[in-house]
Amino acid sequence: MLKILRVIARSGLRSEPLPAPDADRLPDQRLHEDLRMLLGRALCIRQVDAGSCNGCELEIHALGNAYYNLEGAGIRFVASPRHADLLLVTGPVTRNMREALLRTYQATPPPRLVVAVGDCGCTGGIFGASYASCGAVANVLPVDASVPGCPPSPTAILQVIVDLVRARHR
Amino acid sequence: MDLAPVPGFTTARRQRLDANAWIDQLAQARAAGARLGALWASDARATEGVFRVCVVVQQSRALDWLELALPAGGPLDYPDISGLFPAAGRMQRAACDLLGVRATAADQRPWLRHAWPEGLFPLRADAAGTVGESPTGPYPFVSVAGDGVHEIPVGPVHAGIIEPGHFRFSVVGEKVLRLEERLGYVHKGIEKRFESFPATEGQRLAARVSGDSAAGFSWAYCMALEGLCGGEPPPRALYLRALALERERLANHLGDLGALGNDAGFAFGLSQFAHLKECLLRTNAEIYGHRYPMDEVVPGGVMHDLSSAAAGLVLRELDALTAQLARLDAIYTDHPGLQDRFVGAGRVSPELAARLGLAGLAGRASGQAFDLRTDCPAPPYDRLEVRMVTRNEGDVAARVAVRFEETRVAIELCRRLLHELPAGAIRVPLPAPRSDRPGLGLVEGWRGPLLVALEVAGDGRIARCRPQDPSWHNWPALEHAIIDNIVPDFPLINKSFNLAYSGHDL
Ligand code: SF4
Repeated sequence: MLKILRVIARSGLRSEPLPAPDADRLPDQRLHEDLRMLLGRALCIRQVDAGSCNGCELEIHALGNAYYNLEGAGIRFVASPRHADLLLVTGPVTRNMREALLRTYQATPPPRLVVAVGDCGCTGGIFGASYASCGAVANVLPVDASVPGCPPSPTAILQVIVDLVRARHR
Repeated sequence: MDLAPVPGFTTARRQRLDANAWIDQLAQARAAGARLGALWASDARATEGVFRVCVVVQQSRALDWLELALPAGGPLDYPDISGLFPAAGRMQRAACDLLGVRATAADQRPWLRHAWPEGLFPLRADAAGTVGESPTGPYPFVSVAGDGVHEIPVGPVHAGIIEPGHFRFSVVGEKVLRLEERLGYVHKGIEKRFESFPATEGQRLAARVSGDSAAGFSWAYCMALEGLCGGEPPPRALYLRALALERERLANHLGDLGALGNDAGFAFGLSQFAHLKECLLRTNAEIYGHRYPMDEVVPGGVMHDLSSAAAGLVLRELDALTAQLARLDAIYTDHPGLQDRFVGAGRVSPELAARLGLAGLAGRASGQAFDLRTDCPAPPYDRLEVRMVTRNEGDVAARVAVRFEETRVAIELCRRLLHELPAGAIRVPLPAPRSDRPGLGLVEGWRGPLLVALEVAGDGRIARCRPQDPSWHNWPALEHAIIDNIVPDFPLINKSFNLAYSGHDL
């Protein structure tokens, strides 16, 4: 136990402030307030890999590390679409995943937000559309915001989520 | 029989055989202890009037590319080799989905084809580009009968942030009697897509076969291409490629060690290892301009040089990593709760591993002492004397132990690569690739051997590219590893293999 505590002390606090919105540099506190007023609770995100190369998943995982302090910002990843406010969708949507993605969307209670992550989610990316791929997420679902990048950094993903929630609240 | 050298991987030889000689030779190879590298097919009707079925088998330093030609007008059947190499079963089913060549095997269920029409073979040259959807209907899972047996279907969308796939458990109480996987959900037509790329740009797509193996696959691709061009990257570039590959190994091993702790209820492990991994990724951003080595390996060399200041930064980071890794290893080893979950879980015995052909990291944790960096090292590994890490227990604990030790080995390798980094250019222009024969690239990625077979057309476009991830070899073993374990241990056991979906589904 002592060893564990020592390592924790040595690692220190790594959390960084939330990215400020592009337009108006609001204090971070504002996001927590926005979330509370909009939802009355944390923002719940369900991630769906609809065909990605798994590069985007690496960054969405990284979003959960101490540096990005997601839970501190009132954002949570949830296991079921039924508990989700926002779907974070990666990949070109493969034809083999199209139906599962649509079902996940239908299981998410409205008003639901959809964010397409990565060049593939935004446009089909390097894989494009083909016999096996429907291309961009927007070809299958209405998309509220997208995060380009291959893969986009955790900060970029967080930024788009924060901006989207703020815009909705205004 | 004429043995043609295969450009790219210098110890590989290619032979065209008839069906009898093909199966005989594969049986002999198997009896002598050879391992399956890959099986795939291609459409060579335009040039030779045939479909080709290719198998690569490896026996220590020797790689044999054994090829069968099926005349286009005749029956497209060929001998089933899954009795010799069990992992070939799904590769044969995939080849049937993509090209319509059929192994004479009992299991003729589609594998990658979930939603495109039967009779459409997308990798045939004359296949239509986009087609309507046509779901294939319910997949006939094998069911287990018996008193109190019930089925639990899971996926394709899972609870966590992981790739999609379907698992069908047959259980009694909590105990798993059988697991059947169904994959192919992230099949996005990568092999077909390659054919629209000029050969000089294919490494970008290769890097995205499985994003966690970007450096590995793009290097394997470039190795095949450079062989076809008759060019070689300068020594400095080879060292920098190895540095990118070992850093990719470090990032994935660190991530997995954290996730494995977490899946065993030890969130401390996740937060600590995630912190170490994040440091590594941020250093990547400084040295590569990108958190992942996505486009670092390019034909003829690498994208970015490393200044001596940057090398110093990396070395200092390695020192810090070494110290923290030792502390965390001690904590994992001494933690009774963790060890209780790790030891004995998801065991694949060395005998079973040998029979199934378990590859890479998971194979080495089950006594399969194979690592390309040691067995048939391509430059610069031929100068690095990589220490291979093996365990015989074959359980989650062994796969954790191999990761810890391979992390240390990778740190040592990075130090050595930096200390011995040759001076000179990082990239050279390449002559045009030859189109009269295929090339082969093979790299030991963090998960295991990554193979790329490449054919280039006369106009410089890719005629056929087959990337083969070791997940093809190891997914079937997971079905065995879970037997007699309890369902709640599945996430932990699955994570201990951490196999690719995208790298498999293509
Ligand atoms: S955007 Fe890039 S990292 Fe994300 S799924 Fe597509 S290829 Fe992979």
